[in-house]
Amino acid sequence: MYILSVIVENKPGVLFRITNLFRSRNFNIESITVGITEKPDLSRMTITTVSDVKTLEQLVKQLQKLIDVIQINVLNKENAVYRELALIKMSAKDPTTRIEIANFATIYRGNIMDISNETITVEIIGTPDKIDAFKNLVSGYGILQVARTGVSALPRGTIDDDL
Amino acid sequence: MSEMSGAAALMTALEKEKVEYIFGLPGGANLPIYDALVDSKIRHILVRHEQSAAHMADGYARIKRKAGVCFATSGPGATNLVTGIATAYADSSPIIAVTGQVALPMIGKDAFQETDIIGVTNPCTKYAFQPRHASEIPEMVKKSFYIAESGRPGPVLLDIPKDVQQQVTKMEFPDYIKVRGYNPVVDADLSEINKACEMLLKAEKPIIMAGGGVILSGAFPELQALAELLSIPVVTTFKGKGAFPENHQLALGPIGMHGHAEANKMVLEADCIVAIGARFSDRTVGRFDEFGKDINVIHFDVDPAEIGKNKSVNAAVIGDVKSSLRSLIKLIPKNFRTNEEISKLWLARKRELVNYYEDSIKDYSREITAKKALKKLRELLPAEGIVTTEVGQCQMWASLHFDVISPGTFFSSTGLGTMGFGFPASIGAKAARNDVPVVDIAGDGSFSMTENSLAVSVLEDLPVIVFLLNNQMLGMVAQWQRTFYNRRYSGVHQKNCPDYCKLAESYGAQAFRVSSMDELDKAIKNSIKSDVATVIDIPIDPDEDVYPFVAPGTGLKDMIIGA
Ligand SMILES: Cc1ncc(C[n+]2csc(CCOP(=O)(O)OP(=O)(O)O)c2C)c(N)n1
Repeated sequence: MYILSVIVENKPGVLFRITNLFRSRNFNIESITVGITEKPDLSRMTITTVSDVKTLEQLVKQLQKLIDVIQINVLNKENAVYRELALIKMSAKDPTTRIEIANFATIYRGNIMDISNETITVEIIGTPDKIDAFKNLVSGYGILQVARTGVSALPRGTIDDDL
Repeated sequence: MSEMSGAAALMTALEKEKVEYIFGLPGGANLPIYDALVDSKIRHILVRHEQSAAHMADGYARIKRKAGVCFATSGPGATNLVTGIATAYADSSPIIAVTGQVALPMIGKDAFQETDIIGVTNPCTKYAFQPRHASEIPEMVKKSFYIAESGRPGPVLLDIPKDVQQQVTKMEFPDYIKVRGYNPVVDADLSEINKACEMLLKAEKPIIMAGGGVILSGAFPELQALAELLSIPVVTTFKGKGAFPENHQLALGPIGMHGHAEANKMVLEADCIVAIGARFSDRTVGRFDEFGKDINVIHFDVDPAEIGKNKSVNAAVIGDVKSSLRSLIKLIPKNFRTNEEISKLWLARKRELVNYYEDSIKDYSREITAKKALKKLRELLPAEGIVTTEVGQCQMWASLHFDVISPGTFFSSTGLGTMGFGFPASIGAKAARNDVPVVDIAGDGSFSMTENSLAVSVLEDLPVIVFLLNNQMLGMVAQWQRTFYNRRYSGVHQKNCPDYCKLAESYGAQAFRVSSMDELDKAIKNSIKSDVATVIDIPIDPDEDVYPFVAPGTGLKDMIIGA
């Protein structure tokens, strides 16, 4: 998995241009997140994609061509801090189940966001692997709904943004 | 600083950009712009279909190497431009398309004649602007020209809501602009040029493959100097046709699906290919995996994304090819002589191949054939005469049999292959250079698509010559059906063709139908002298095929020489 950290103009239509580029050039997006940066006129997009080195190189060059793209950093598991947030709702009709799930959530440093007579919803923050692991762990209880944000990432240490 | 409407600010900004012509057609959503046009010095050319407006702007741009401008209203006017915009995008031609849009409060309401033209054209524009206030217009115009013309050129869309056209604003035209995420001017890396130079000097059988980038950057003298300095034969991609004089002793002409046999063959025998402003298109190189497999490939291009896209290369020189070639030439030692022996053998091989194929390719026998007609046109048209083409057999015959002598005088829709491009493009080219004759080499099918531009050529006094190779067929499709579908013809007969001479005359143009080479000779001479638009209707045999031919999915080595 590669993580592209892309600084773009914070303007309408930019997300469309980028996702459309992926579609029209036949590149795959695993996840994409967008949010404002420390500068109000710029947004940071974090795009994760599974591809070989050659495709990645083309992808970066094609992205670079887009006029709204200011800067691209290619990150990976070693040189980035990266996190995803997931909300996982499970079926939990009896109290012991709810306690078990709550215990697992604690081990994964998750938070219980909502409990009803029938369900329990846990918030997990971490790498996509960790979220997958938690999901596997609790899958036996019956997962009802999942919402994941996709990855947000920053390079470790100092990488100069020349913006 | 004067106050004016957004529409007037647009026109003023276009004047500051030294726009000479606008090709367009009005409607409800660009009425304020057309009103402002009344007070402008820029000449408006009223088209009969917006597709042609975009092609005219494109033809103008290809000759001037400066953006051409077209106008359309919103909705159907804007969508009619799309084919022309996509054509310009595929061939890296700078055009600025200014479309009207419904007023801001109506956007997103499915208003009358509302189309999200920015969304529609996203994959085929270099950029698109939509001002939200009239005050943004002058800077957006300046940015549009900068983006369209610099780096790898391409089309830019400026979509202006009607109320923004009407708003009053101060006219402030910036002298200087910067587009933050856009840095098109890269100076080539000297170490890569060094590496390229070393490879080239070591090569025993080098070949240059010149593409459209040479024409776009006007690198004609540099290309010729390099070829002559090291005695390197030059082949061209189809878009690069005319990057190098085709009567030069080092010229081999176009390669690819319908390239010269000797050019295709020679590329396969080379030990080093220097691709200059070429993108290794499938039509040029056949199968990617076979092309230039075990030899050194050096790639010069202005667009970094072209490096390694279709073909991995051994040296990549990224930057404007004109200045990169200059730097390369400087590195070649003054006293450098290619190993005379080897070089002589290589050039002898070139001559041998040229002669071999000249003898082995049989001529189709008939009083007038496409090949003979095109050779005649070449003989009579001055070297600086400009030629555009339509799409199909007519285009490939032009590629094979019409030699371009003066660099940068041949244009075709090579990337998108747009039927109907050539004729309006020739009118745009005439607007850019009215001192030379301009000819569109056409097929009847293509001409039918934009023949209404005859009105423009006649009434706007932009006379061009339509050289109509009339086989009453969608000939190229018929050829494929003959070759690959066992002669099961489907949808290729142009039944009930109009009488193209009468059609031309009804528009006020001059027309000739020729039935012998003598008549053709006279008709060509007459049209070159004439100052009205002319159609020369040249009946040819519907069975005449284009050869050589590299079938799709095969490599250059599988070239078919003839039936
Ligand atoms: C707009 C468009 N539609 C369809 C095609 C597919 N096509 C390619 S060549 C061709 C036939 C062209 O016929 P004509 O213009 O008469 O030229 P000829 O091949 O007969 O010389 C067609 C239909 C195309 N290139 N462009």
